[in-house]
Amino acid sequence: MSNSVSALNGENVKGFVQVSELGLQGMITLRANLSTPKVKKAIKDVTGVLVPKMRQILHDGDNSIGWMSPDELLILCPHSGAEAMVTALNDALGKTHALVINVSDARAMFAVKGADARDAMAKLAPTDFGMGFQPGEIRRSRLAQVAGAFWMVDQETFNVVCFRSVARYMFDVLAVSAEKGGEVGYF
Amino acid sequence: MLILDCPYCGTSADETELSPGGEAHIKRYGPGSSDTDFEGYLFGRENPKGVHFERWRHANGCGKWFHAARCTMTLEVFGTYAAQTFEPPQEIKDKISAKRPGWSWRDFS
Repeated sequence: MSNSVSALNGENVKGFVQVSELGLQGMITLRANLSTPKVKKAIKDVTGVLVPKMRQILHDGDNSIGWMSPDELLILCPHSGAEAMVTALNDALGKTHALVINVSDARAMFAVKGADARDAMAKLAPTDFGMGFQPGEIRRSRLAQVAGAFWMVDQETFNVVCFRSVARYMFDVLAVSAEKGGEVGYF
Repeated sequence: MLILDCPYCGTSADETELSPGGEAHIKRYGPGSSDTDFEGYLFGRENPKGVHFERWRHANGCGKWFHAARCTMTLEVFGTYAAQTFEPPQEIKDKISAKRPGWSWRDFS
């Protein structure tokens, strides 16, 4: 069995906010008709989390589900349990037309933590990071030149996910945005 | 900057989050069609000053295609609507009529 390592092995840097790579994180992409009762039930039974509504991210214990598009969900779970969860989801979905795939090792996840986290994020993404953006909402957008999704864990912490192939770029661009001397103080 | 409301994820997406898909409501003429129809399908495009219908994709977002009705002169956006339609919904047409009485675009007015 190979030894799994995350993209940047937990690298972190402190500017006016702390930027850190969060290490191994299980992620599963699920695509299906999310309004059908069978799909809803399968997801709830396996993950313990309800199917989120538009742009919503729901948490329950170690598992979270984020709304990615009208027919796509991102399931977050412990890295070691991802494979088992994929099997369980496939079993629960049976013959329903759906796609469940373990993308844990194709992604990277970051945290931007600090009182001015909104400022650091707002420099990179064309999203309104005002008080309208609150924990519980997930937004897919771009950060500088690469696609990413982000949500708030609490009032001072953003989590960001992106493709593993652009993890270095994402970390560097977040780190530059968070550099001391770059405080904006807008939010 | 052009800002469109994505009808699928409900966000106001600016131009940098979107990728353009050219003119909307083009009927495909494939194998077996006449040369004139095929040529029109490939090359015939509107180039209006005023009301225009376009396809856009929320590329750095939910990834869905949608339609937008806007004015090429003022960049005013009349509205966006789902991709699964052959013509603009009446609601969008009414909005345009309110602001640009007497407008027409291809077969729509």
